Amino acid sequence: MTDFTPFQSLFGGSLIGLASVLLMLSMGRIMGATGILAGFLSPASLQDWGWRAAILAGMATGPLAFLIATGSMPAIDVPVSTPMLLVGGFIVGIGVTFGGGCTSGHGVCGNARLSTRSITATITFMIATAITVYIIRHLIGA
Amino acid sequence: MRLFLSYIIGLIFGLGIVISGMANPAKVLNFFDVAGTWDPSLAFVMGGALIVTFIGYRIVFRRQEPLLGQTFFLPAPKAIDARLIGGSAVFGIGWGIAGFCPGGALPAIGTGDSRVLMFVGALVAGIFAARFLSRILETRGQPVTA
Repeated sequence: MTDFTPFQSLFGGSLIGLASVLLMLSMGRIMGATGILAGFLSPASLQDWGWRAAILAGMATGPLAFLIATGSMPAIDVPVSTPMLLVGGFIVGIGVTFGGGCTSGHGVCGNARLSTRSITATITFMIATAITVYIIRHLIGA
Repeated sequence: MRLFLSYIIGLIFGLGIVISGMANPAKVLNFFDVAGTWDPSLAFVMGGALIVTFIGYRIVFRRQEPLLGQTFFLPAPKAIDARLIGGSAVFGIGWGIAGFCPGGALPAIGTGDSRVLMFVGALVAGIFAARFLSRILETRGQPVTA
């Protein structure tokens, strides 16, 4: 069980939205974790690598800022085995590369632009995730 | 200036991710487990993010160009193809298995949790595997963009 946290989640989501708006306003870029990471791994230029590295460093400072603000680290409860983490991570990497984005790029930024590709992608991965969780938890019982 | 601003924007994103619960696989998987230990919190994450971005983008796009650049880098409108739907479906399967998505896991690196690092390592391996696969498909005559 995890606690239902509507206000905390709404606030956190608003910050995700704020970051998305600020990145578009300042640099004209989509705040998509997949796109930023992909460009970081093989940058077009040193300048292109720089802002991506800075964003990733900022992201990774999030837990520390949370610790300073609340006095405790954010909870990371991983209810799956190590092989599932590794296999799942590998599959996610393949999927987001072919799909051209993930929950942040398609799910937030693309949907906010009313992109039909992003809306299609979001509906597809949400359904695929729900089916996968159902199969793993209720049919296989892992 | 660009680097400092990028860092701050990343920090706001990362803080939003950890506050919202997106960095916590238990919470993410419970959102999808409607038939079991359902936790609807993530609907509020998406809702909050979408409302702010939807309104904010409309204000931003009144401008001709971003503050620190010459152009908005927006994906060119393309057809909905098998690559988009197949890739997204595969992403969903992986998300359902691991409980982390890229945007949830990258900020979580900052906790130093070894399980996050394992996921991100596998994620990066998957990205390179997909690029390799793309090139093979390309040589068979299919257009590739990723």
